[in-house]
Amino acid sequence: MTEKIEIILNGEEIQIPMEWTVTDLVEDLKLVGQQVAVELNGQIVSRDRWQEETLVSGDRVEVVHFVGGGEE
Amino acid sequence: MADRYSRQVLFSDIGEVGQEKIRSSRVALVGCGALGSVSAEMLTRAGVGKLRLMDRDFVEESNLQRQSLFTEEHVSKGVPKAAAAESTLRAINSEVEIEGVITDVRWDNIEGLCRDHDIIVDGTDNFETRFLINDVAVKHSLPWVYGACVGSYGISFAFESGTFACLQCLFERPPEVGTSQTCDTVGILGPVVHVIAAYQVTQVLKILTDQSPSRKILQVDVWNGTWQTLGAERAKSQQCRCCQQHEFRFLEGEETTRMTRLCGRGAVQVSPQQKGPPDFHDLSQRLDKSGQVDFNQHMMRIQIEGYEIALFADGRSIIRGTEDISEARAVYAKYIGN
Repeated sequence: MTEKIEIILNGEEIQIPMEWTVTDLVEDLKLVGQQVAVELNGQIVSRDRWQEETLVSGDRVEVVHFVGGGEE
Repeated sequence: MADRYSRQVLFSDIGEVGQEKIRSSRVALVGCGALGSVSAEMLTRAGVGKLRLMDRDFVEESNLQRQSLFTEEHVSKGVPKAAAAESTLRAINSEVEIEGVITDVRWDNIEGLCRDHDIIVDGTDNFETRFLINDVAVKHSLPWVYGACVGSYGISFAFESGTFACLQCLFERPPEVGTSQTCDTVGILGPVVHVIAAYQVTQVLKILTDQSPSRKILQVDVWNGTWQTLGAERAKSQQCRCCQQHEFRFLEGEETTRMTRLCGRGAVQVSPQQKGPPDFHDLSQRLDKSGQVDFNQHMMRIQIEGYEIALFADGRSIIRGTEDISEARAVYAKYIGN
């Protein structure tokens, strides 16, 4: 069994497998291809670093949804 | 009217010098609906030099709940939003050069419309236009301020792509057909519009007075009372096709949604670049409250406000009830979204 770690996602504690990257998390949340940005410990992680940014215990992750509305 | 800007000049981070910079500025505002109305009024009162407003739509009754520049008279006369906004704003501040342009902002006209300005303000209702704004902004080194709202949620960020992230650093392309919520499917509250426009205009005033805008993304849900800022100082992607490789795919029309008038049929065909299959089930749930919806595995039929939208599994739509490209584009953005 894979060891788990705890992170805080949008203010709630969740458990994820060790060694997960931001990409793994975004895939697990079914947000691939959506207009989301991921903030890790206070800074948005640029998309080209999602794959290499490994999450560690206690990380605070926020997922931000960019919406289209505004209306002309 | 020497007193006119006295309270703003008294604010020490603006002062006389800042006010003069604001007075000599040229602002382009794309989209003059809810966010656009509120931003335009604040910018006009703040005393920008020139404000160009662009919008393709006309005023309707359902706009009055939140689109603060419009009146019942505009609705009964069916005045285009850009013209209605222009006349309201002129009455507010005759010192500002206000120019309402009734147009559908597209890849082949946006550069001419926005280039000779100091900043672009986003009042649009769709991502495709925002990717276009982003291309123009990066190409001509202009700042632009994103703002969007849906339901009680809103988000805003000032893009200055020289040093910081551009829109394409965050997302490579607009969302798939029919996956985004729009104000015409889930509604919109007036107050969130004012919050987001206030944040946008604050960033505009900072940039126009040569001060750094906030490098934080603001996200707000006014109903739930959650306010949050997220750091975006390091969001720039080194592989960004737009701001790093200077490929302006949207501006070159490569990513544009193609609109074809089906003459004699009273319809317009909409062909988005992405041909992913739309999720009919999900879309039908979202459109359920706004109109009558039927679908099978091949297509979906939506009857809404006098239009009939047929959406096919290849992502294409046919909008019946108009042969006007701009009108069809507006209907598509409202209900299908992108």
